[in-house]
Amino acid sequence: MTLNPFLVLASLLFSIGVYGVLVRRNAVLVLLSVELMLTAVNINLVAFGAHIQDTLASGQVFALFVLTVAAAEVGIGLAIVLLIFRNRSSANVDELDLMKW
Amino acid sequence: MTTLHLFASQLLLAAEEGKAVELSDGGVLAEFAWLIPVVPLVLMFGIVFFGKRLPFKGWELAELSMAFVAVYGVALFAMNASEGIYYEGSVEIATIGSYVIEWGWIVDGLSIMMYAVVGVVGLAVFTYAKGYMEGDVRFTWFFAAFTLFAGAMLVLVSSPNMIQLIVGWELVGVASYLLIGHYWEDHANNAAAIKAFITNKVADVGLFIGVIIAGVTVGSFRFSDLLGAIEAADSALVDVAFWAGLALFIGAMGKSAQFPFHVWLPDAMAGPTPVSSLMHAATMVTAGVYLIGRVFPLYHDALFAVDVKTIIIVVGAATLLLTGLIALVQNDIKKVLAYSTLSQLGYMTAAMGAGAYTAGLFHLFTHAYFKALLFLGAGSVIHAVHSNDMSDMGGLRKSMPYTYWTFLVGSLALAGIFPLAGFWSKDEILASISYDASHGGGTVATVVLVIAIVGAFITAFYMARAVYLTFFGEYKGEGHPHESPRIMTYPLVGLGVLAAIAGFANMPGIFTGFTDWVGARLIPMGDHHAESIDFVLAGIGLAVALAGIGLGTRIWGPDRETQEARDTFRIAGLYPLLERKYYIDDLYLYGIVGPTKGPLARAADWSNTYIIDGVVNAFGAAARLLARVVYGGLDQRGIDLAINAVGAGTGEVGEGLRHAQTGKVQQYAAALFVGAVLLVVGFLIFG
Repeated sequence: MTLNPFLVLASLLFSIGVYGVLVRRNAVLVLLSVELMLTAVNINLVAFGAHIQDTLASGQVFALFVLTVAAAEVGIGLAIVLLIFRNRSSANVDELDLMKW
Repeated sequence: MTTLHLFASQLLLAAEEGKAVELSDGGVLAEFAWLIPVVPLVLMFGIVFFGKRLPFKGWELAELSMAFVAVYGVALFAMNASEGIYYEGSVEIATIGSYVIEWGWIVDGLSIMMYAVVGVVGLAVFTYAKGYMEGDVRFTWFFAAFTLFAGAMLVLVSSPNMIQLIVGWELVGVASYLLIGHYWEDHANNAAAIKAFITNKVADVGLFIGVIIAGVTVGSFRFSDLLGAIEAADSALVDVAFWAGLALFIGAMGKSAQFPFHVWLPDAMAGPTPVSSLMHAATMVTAGVYLIGRVFPLYHDALFAVDVKTIIIVVGAATLLLTGLIALVQNDIKKVLAYSTLSQLGYMTAAMGAGAYTAGLFHLFTHAYFKALLFLGAGSVIHAVHSNDMSDMGGLRKSMPYTYWTFLVGSLALAGIFPLAGFWSKDEILASISYDASHGGGTVATVVLVIAIVGAFITAFYMARAVYLTFFGEYKGEGHPHESPRIMTYPLVGLGVLAAIAGFANMPGIFTGFTDWVGARLIPMGDHHAESIDFVLAGIGLAVALAGIGLGTRIWGPDRETQEARDTFRIAGLYPLLERKYYIDDLYLYGIVGPTKGPLARAADWSNTYIIDGVVNAFGAAARLLARVVYGGLDQRGIDLAINAVGAGTGEVGEGLRHAQTGKVQQYAAALFVGAVLLVVGFLIFG
């Protein structure tokens, strides 16, 4: 089994995610882009895990952990976004300068 | 740490004519004799801290300590009389070089005699003082100092080494200072206290020098080692014996108030009468005679300081004659007794100088009882008439019978009338000086013998005067004198009995127990003892005493003239000399104290102003200069600059960096990615 197509796919997904995080203004889309980057990482984990034929299947198991953590993270992230939207009638990350000095 | 040195459980004492006497170690009684000085000293602190809360305000503790010493002393005395004791115990306190400093207790004939005398006389005086000091503002404090006084004397006499002796010696001085100045509201009393202290201190220099010479030469401060070196005829000690002996004797002269150090003792009358009583009988003034007795072989052994003996006998004779004469013209009853003490101390010293260890100590022993008695009697009279002056007294015979009879017994004992105590001890001294005159003492001893006989006459004379002026004739004071309370008269009676019978302890040819009692020492003292009564000498002594009383009766007797006429008894030329005390006090005051005080004060003032102040000011100026340099140069320009620069730098860096904190999440994320990429690139290139 060849590894390269999986790596190419993961790289593309990760790059799209990075682009989304840096460029999109809507906080929901930024979160979705973060999910894309995590998915790319998961693909890499599963692909390498299958490639080295690990008897413990640690790559696949670790991918499941990442999914769990990502779900939790998105839960919290969306809650924050929702609250910000309620307070300021906008989920635009450009306008969020609360953490400025 | 604690080492006990036990000495000589079985010693052989060649007492007289080769008669060997075995000494015991005294058993448990001697082993615990360290309690004798310790109990009064501990109870003294008890009085200081708890005295005021006790029902008798601390007196009971003082009395308890003296009762303990008296019982213990008499028990040892009785044991010593039956078997003879020598015991020495020491506890090491410190080591300085090769010299060991020790605290110890010696139990031998000499110290046992002193324990008994201090205890018995102390018990009587302390009991009496309860009545005498009643109502005094510093009642508790008085008994604390009084207990310290007795305790210090016991430290002194219980000492087996010279260091502890000095400790006791100085403690006695301090306690006497406190007691003489007890009524310190009156400036004259302070002056008397200081005079006693300073005079003693001058003489103490002699003691220190003597102790240093003896201690360094022998290599130990123990008396037993000193006596051992004398017995072994140590040649190093022979070389310095004269100076050591002389220096020790100068120390003894101070405490025993020998001419010309006698000036402090009459002034010491400023203290309360019980203090005078104890000071003159058992503690303080006997210390000098005791010291000579302690190192007696140093003076007596032909190899050693025999030359000092001549000095001792001359000083003793001078003291006994000169001070006896002054007693004739005193009007203060306590001063009459004080000068009489000086005179009797002269007898003891002269006896020691004549090589009569036993005779000197025997007189100390008997004198303690009758002189304590006389002082307590005088105190009782003063208590009744509220005056020390004999011209305020007279006729007290009827109103104060106890005081009168006991005072009379004491006076007759002091005058040396058969068979009272003074007769035996004075006769023993006369016999010893007479023996010395025919055995190497030469003309000096013969002259001293004559002086001693004249002294006996003078003694009887002034005591007759004191008795007649106080108890006979018309009462001239104010108010109605009454007999003192029983707590004061009982001690008088007790001491009166002792003053009457103490002499029977040593009757040559009949019973010579005292000779053996004080002879229980490490090495035999080797002094001469009278074998039998020398009837000629005893007769002369008794005759001059009776003559003295007779002349006293003629001049001051009750049925002669009026008091005014008696007071005009004057011997032209001699009287002013005696009244001014041979101008010796004036000589000291204007000859030594005056010239010393002025220039010394000026020199001290000058050195204070110019030298000490100069040094202090220079240090101050230097410190100020240094401070200025440190403040201006180092602190302001150096340290502050660095601190400020760090602070300002931090501020500026912060000012610059805070612009990076935009609050835009995506800029942070971009920076994060750029950083991650740079790291990856860096690892690829350099990894």
